[in-house]
Amino acid sequence: MKKTGAEIMWECVVREGVEVVFGYPGGANMPIYDAMLSYPIHHVLVRHEQGGAHMADGYARASGKVGMAMGTSGPGATNLVTGIATAMMDSVPVVFVTGQVAAHLIGGDAFQEVDVTGITLPITKHNYLVTRADEIAEVVREAFYIARSGRPGPVLIDICKNAQVEQCEFVYPETVKLPGYQPVDHAPKDSLEHAVKLIEKAQRPIILCGHGVLMSKAEEALINFAVKTQTPVASTLLGLGAFPASHELSLGMMGMHGEVHTNMAIQNSDLILAFGMRFDDRVTGTLKTYAPHAKKIHVEIDPSEVHKNVAADVPLVGDLKTVLSDLIPLVDEYDHEEWKKQINEWKSEADSRSIMNWTDDGKLYVPHLIADIWKATGGGAIVTTDVGQHQMWTAQYYQLDKPNRWLTSGGAGTMGFGLPAAIGAWFADKSQEVWAVAGDGGFQMTAAELTTAVQEGANVKVAIMNNSFLGMVRQWQEFFFEKRYSAVNMLSPDFVKLAEAHGVPARRVTRREEVDEAIAWARSIQGPTVIEFKVEQEEAVYPMVPAGAALDQMLQRPTKS
Amino acid sequence: MNYTFIALVENKPGVLNRVASLFRRRNFNIESLAVGRTEDSKVSRMTVVVDCPNGDMDAHKIEANLYKLVNVIDVQDVTHQPSVTRDLALIKIKVGPEKRAEVNGLAEIFRAHIVDVAADSVIVEITGTEDKIEGMIELLRPLGIVEMVRTGQVAMTRGVNDGVRRVPGVTGNRYEDLDDLAEMGP
Repeated sequence: MKKTGAEIMWECVVREGVEVVFGYPGGANMPIYDAMLSYPIHHVLVRHEQGGAHMADGYARASGKVGMAMGTSGPGATNLVTGIATAMMDSVPVVFVTGQVAAHLIGGDAFQEVDVTGITLPITKHNYLVTRADEIAEVVREAFYIARSGRPGPVLIDICKNAQVEQCEFVYPETVKLPGYQPVDHAPKDSLEHAVKLIEKAQRPIILCGHGVLMSKAEEALINFAVKTQTPVASTLLGLGAFPASHELSLGMMGMHGEVHTNMAIQNSDLILAFGMRFDDRVTGTLKTYAPHAKKIHVEIDPSEVHKNVAADVPLVGDLKTVLSDLIPLVDEYDHEEWKKQINEWKSEADSRSIMNWTDDGKLYVPHLIADIWKATGGGAIVTTDVGQHQMWTAQYYQLDKPNRWLTSGGAGTMGFGLPAAIGAWFADKSQEVWAVAGDGGFQMTAAELTTAVQEGANVKVAIMNNSFLGMVRQWQEFFFEKRYSAVNMLSPDFVKLAEAHGVPARRVTRREEVDEAIAWARSIQGPTVIEFKVEQEEAVYPMVPAGAALDQMLQRPTKS
Repeated sequence: MNYTFIALVENKPGVLNRVASLFRRRNFNIESLAVGRTEDSKVSRMTVVVDCPNGDMDAHKIEANLYKLVNVIDVQDVTHQPSVTRDLALIKIKVGPEKRAEVNGLAEIFRAHIVDVAADSVIVEITGTEDKIEGMIELLRPLGIVEMVRTGQVAMTRGVNDGVRRVPGVTGNRYEDLDDLAEMGP
């Protein structure tokens, strides 16, 4: 049967299981929007394409499915760029569809023409420029397959306007033919055996749990492996939630703002089992002194991540869940009592400095607020963040026991991610409670999406941690630039009035005793709410490994006098 | 040192750009890059010579990153394999009739050819390894080289030997098997 290119696109998209699309129409994608009306697709009209990209990203992270976002040509597409880069850095499967000027106009600087495939080449897993309708079915099929398989990531399809309106015979491609793209599942047997030998010898092993555990749905395999070998589990920022925080083997977050005992354990370990993580500079500190006594087993689906930052003694390239399932029967049981005792000693030493021990002085500290939200929600909400101090505090104090509830921009560190990602996550499961924790800076980058939340009735609770500073930059200026504050004082609008102007109920909290009631109030309302917390202005995130320092050279919170 | 890679890629628009962009993004310095068709119209072949200051570690990075490109089918490192490598140069020399014989003599020694003769210039075509071409250029330089063009190196392993494929987990799919491969379900 003959169909237009736009119809063919939706035929294929619907077959991929897409139900919700975040986007913005314009001249070059109008045929796509016209055809959309005939398909069972819920379209969310965003206020800025960046917001749409983050929504699709948040949807994908929370649902485990492929997200989808659209924009028109030119500025519509370039506005997506930050969101595409965010998804790329965190390996999130999102398919982006942009309109493009008609094929015969390409290269002529036509109205709203931008070389989108050129711009997005380094920030997509793959991208396509489609100039003919008969290419669309195959391309859409491939795009979704590439986005979700192997190491997931964003794929962009740039469709020329003529290809959207031209008609051709629609044949759904049953298979995908990609000779150069074949992700591997199993690691070779001899490598597994080599790994088992290292595990046998280890006295002080540690597991580094990354985002790959979630991507591969290997949470259960990880628990089985950790319990069988009694190996403590440290988590990267994006790996949080993959291993239950309340588990006795859980060490919490590693790295620049990781737990002291966790970083100490890494530096003193004799075997690192890196599971689906990529030794980012934020988790290693300086590589020169990183885990100097440890052999490294690196389980990773992307061969280019092996040996990239840290040389692996045994690389196991494959799907994490498959590799762990192959590995578990081969390893023996261990207890590692002494090693766990040593880690616990470091932990109790560090805990004594914790801000959570501070007695109530009536002021608002973000860590306390995060713990309050955690208590109120039973630790079960989906939590998104922006980037900066509040992000690190949320990572530290919103202790997650379940996967796919922690949505944060890790690799790219994208401000403005929190609110739109929360809206996207709500679409993944509308029965879930969703909290967006944001700073005063990041919130203002995508605040316009509040109206999107209202239009969609998205039940998203925004908590703005307002310290009237760009907090993390201020902290660095305090620590490393002799407190010469440069461009970090931030005037914000009246957030309560701003929210109310969008039609969002809002409150301001300035005193400790108002906190619990405000959180309960927000939770009692169906639909978006905003709470602005006026928090301590010059608090710092501890512990902190200064950039370029060794992982165990942490600045710790001064004991309170 | 310089490493030589052979990459088989899908013959599609934009693939050269993807490969070149990858080398730029990952901060590798291309010494030479030659692209052309193969016996299979669906496949193009690239010979890439890259400076690898960290030796095999860099070579691993290059191979693994090339495989990240969806259109790259196979990558081999032929640096240390017995192989035939060739570069082609066209060299225009400013000489009148009185010195043509001298150029001709040099060309014979290098098994080069004079492919164009004008009133006050000749074009020499030479094929061979980099060393051989460099050697000839040095000898021609005093005569007055006015223009030169080189294709960049192409390479092929001798006999049945393959190059090294050092990326773990990637089997090194030969393109003859193209039709058997990648019949992947959803």
